[in-house]
Amino acid sequence: MFKIVRREEMAEGTVILNEIEAPLIARKAKPGQFVILKANEEGERVPLTMAETDSEKGTITIIYMVVGKSTAIFRDLKVGDEYQDVIGPLGKATHLENVGNVVCVGGGTGVAVLHPITRGLKDVGNHVTCIIGARNKDLLILEEQMKAASHDLRVCTDDGSYGRSGFVTEELKDILDSDKDIKLVVAIGPVPMMKFVSKITKEYNVKTIVSLNPIMVDGTGMCGGCRVSVGGETKFACVDGPEFDGHEVDYDELAKRLQAYSEDEKKCYEDYCALENA
Amino acid sequence: MAEKKEKKEKIPRQPMPEQKPEIRRRNFEEVPIGYTPETAMLEASRCLQCKKPSCVEGCPVQVDIPGFIGFIKDGDFTGAIRHLWTKNSLPAVCGRVCPQEIQCEGRCVVGKKGEPVAIGNLERFAADYERKNGSGDLPPKQSPTGKKVAVVGSGPSGLTVAGDLVVKGHDVTVMEAFHKPGGVLVYGIPEFRLPKEIVFSEVNFLERLGAKVECNTVVGRTVSLDELFEEGYDAVYLGVGAGLPRFMNLPGENLIGILSANEYLTRANLMKAYRFPEVDTPIPIGKDVVVLGAGNVAMDSARTAMRLGADRVRIVYRRSREEMPARGAEIHHAEEEGIELFLLTNPTKFVGNEEGRLTGMECLKMELGEPDESGRRSPVAIEGSEFHMDCDLVIVAVGSGANPLLTQSTPDMKLNKWGYIEADPETGKTTKKGVWAGGDIVTGAATVILAMGAGRKAADSIHEYLTWGW
Ligand SMILES: Cc1cc2nc3c(=O)[nH]c(=O)nc-3n(C[C@H](O)[C@H](O)[C@H](O)COP(=O)(O)OP(=O)(O)OC[C@H]3O[C@@H](n4cnc5c(N)ncnc54)[C@H](O)[C@@H]3O)c2cc1C
Ligand SMILES: Cc1cc2nc3c(=O)[nH]c(=O)nc-3n(C[C@H](O)[C@H](O)[C@H](O)COP(=O)(O)OP(=O)(O)OC[C@H]3O[C@@H](n4cnc5c(N)ncnc54)[C@H](O)[C@@H]3O)c2cc1C
Ligand code: SF4
Ligand code: SF4
Ligand code: FES
Repeated sequence: MFKIVRREEMAEGTVILNEIEAPLIARKAKPGQFVILKANEEGERVPLTMAETDSEKGTITIIYMVVGKSTAIFRDLKVGDEYQDVIGPLGKATHLENVGNVVCVGGGTGVAVLHPITRGLKDVGNHVTCIIGARNKDLLILEEQMKAASHDLRVCTDDGSYGRSGFVTEELKDILDSDKDIKLVVAIGPVPMMKFVSKITKEYNVKTIVSLNPIMVDGTGMCGGCRVSVGGETKFACVDGPEFDGHEVDYDELAKRLQAYSEDEKKCYEDYCALENA
Repeated sequence: MAEKKEKKEKIPRQPMPEQKPEIRRRNFEEVPIGYTPETAMLEASRCLQCKKPSCVEGCPVQVDIPGFIGFIKDGDFTGAIRHLWTKNSLPAVCGRVCPQEIQCEGRCVVGKKGEPVAIGNLERFAADYERKNGSGDLPPKQSPTGKKVAVVGSGPSGLTVAGDLVVKGHDVTVMEAFHKPGGVLVYGIPEFRLPKEIVFSEVNFLERLGAKVECNTVVGRTVSLDELFEEGYDAVYLGVGAGLPRFMNLPGENLIGILSANEYLTRANLMKAYRFPEVDTPIPIGKDVVVLGAGNVAMDSARTAMRLGADRVRIVYRRSREEMPARGAEIHHAEEEGIELFLLTNPTKFVGNEEGRLTGMECLKMELGEPDESGRRSPVAIEGSEFHMDCDLVIVAVGSGANPLLTQSTPDMKLNKWGYIEADPETGKTTKKGVWAGGDIVTGAATVILAMGAGRKAADSIHEYLTWGW
């Protein structure tokens, strides 16, 4: 059992932070890696990236958006409650290297995934510019933390309620147009965002890393449910990734595959919400 | 003597009572119901108690078959199970899933003229009887040796090693990547063939004996092999199975509705997705299902799809019926449940709609050509035989390979060219000091009993090492 020691709500309660006791995982985890969590006996195995780890305290932190039944069950866990299962650290760690100037682009809860990577890139000596975005001001997460983790933080909101009005891709384009010599872009967020960032950086010929979030089951390479097409080859995101060369990913296939169970999930989430409200 | 034998042969092989096909094809309860004590004793009386029993030669772990059957014949069921346990720690499992027709029963002399003694059914009976009525007494255990052993993987080979070493007094910890122990017995083989309760009761037995079982531990990620030694383990056994799904590498294979058998069966068995939405893990429900492959895994997938409500389930295989690797009994059960065999057919491409969902596949008809080096007649495509097959769910069950997750982080352990671990067939020793391996990760996908046999040999060797050194 894995106890929750801290819980926070962000973005108007649509995004939740849990700090969980998991000393074995905390000891080994590196930026970019994820865990799989299961709330209870009947629960689903849900992959979430570690936004923070504390090896001394023996805890890991996850930040997730409530999008369906499983994440709604997670939301309802309080401090002191336990996850039945937490497995990890899974996936390959981010390759942290000093390349010079780096831009990190995060959207939605992707910002949580981006945070440890940003800090890691800064720690090895890169100059890191960060662009984070959300639909509106209230949905923005981790602004302070991202500011601390980078040298220069730019904020965008779709509706202009805070920071620059518009998508993160516009800010990125401006940075690429200015004569900074950008060597690497890391983009983590919704699939369309990663797709458009990669499209732009390809035009500028800047290496781009994205972190993919296909549907997973085991997270150890034994089911093949997480397969993604990268450079025309099939890869298993849980063991070959989750990070890949953004210019090589087939985003349209990924977006479709993420809808595999959409009808079932919708129904199951609605039933759960109805039950909660009753 | 001859006369006595003849008299015995007159009792026919006692049929195993089973759920009727038209009922069981839509439920997940076990298909064979099991012998009653009376039937078991009657069936046991068919055994000739051969002095040189050929059946034993057919059993990979040399169960003393006439010995345990003799106890059943006398109504001493406790005696029977104790006797079985000396050679086989998982008789309830083996009695159900061993390919008896090519092993023990295939060699039984009674089978030369009529039907062989139902060794598997009797083995299952003895184990089930003990589970339901037994005293639960634990076997005697030797005093603690102070040696620590890590067993990686909780499939049949790992469980065997753990059981053997814990009674010898060693401090054993089983580490399992999944959230439940049992390996393929839990995530692969369906409930209707092997109720999970049996596997959990075996694991529980091990825990009562003093073995620790730590789930959610991915060795190679949560902890490395070398760290296990740093943490004070004296020996490590790797029984991690052959958990890497193989695909066909055809165009369109990433469409929604094409799953590996590993994924499909894991959702159904381990995650209990057949109870969705009562449980949270979904599983695709196909109306027109195709299973690619013709081994036990394919049969299990097809029968699961039928139980989940398919209108039609077809097994598509590129060779003919004779070459199908599945057990005869499984093919028979599948056909009884209405599963169709679509033989000498090979897919060439998967087709989908704009949403990226599977709608069908392009196939070619095959014919059998000349035998190859292995003696099997290889399938050859018939020119111009292209045709289209509608389907909304394809389960790929064309075999598995070695999962590199653990082995790639251990460069000092030798692998063969397919990525399986090289281990001495007599002892299970790998090329890395203090590390043994066995089961599917050494042999490639094989059988439960072979994995257990490898575990037993390795346990003997580990015990010797812990007592005398490498
Ligand atoms: C490596 C990885 C890291 C991730 N990190 C984060 C993170 O840090 N924060 C965060 O908010 N989200 C993250 N996700 C996405 C998160 O796993 C899904 O949002 C979650 O599983 C949704 O579950 P649900 O039951 O609440 O929603 P559902 O109603 O089941 O599904 C909503 C959508 O989530 C996706 N999804 C469903 N089940 C799974 C599954 N088993 N695996 C992956 N995706 C699934 C599907 O696209 C689905 O349409 C990550 C995913 C992966 C693969
Ligand atoms: C669907 C199906 C049906 C079958 N039917 C039959 C049958 O009827 N009769 C028969 O005899 N055989 C059958 N088999 C084959 C048989 O199940 C296998 O040969 C046998 O289970 C192999 O045992 P094992 O102990 O080597 O590995 P497995 O049973 O595969 O167990 C390995 C375990 O190790 C765990 N693991 C893997 N990597 C790690 C890691 N890095 N750290 C920690 N744990 C790890 C896995 O999660 C798994 O639980 C079937 C197989 C399948 C898939
Ligand atoms: S273990 Fe398997 S092969 Fe051996 S006697 Fe039992 S059923 Fe037969
Ligand atoms: S060969 Fe058949 S008859 Fe002889 S001992 Fe074995 S089971 Fe009995
Ligand atoms: S999640 Fe099963 S192989 Fe990646």
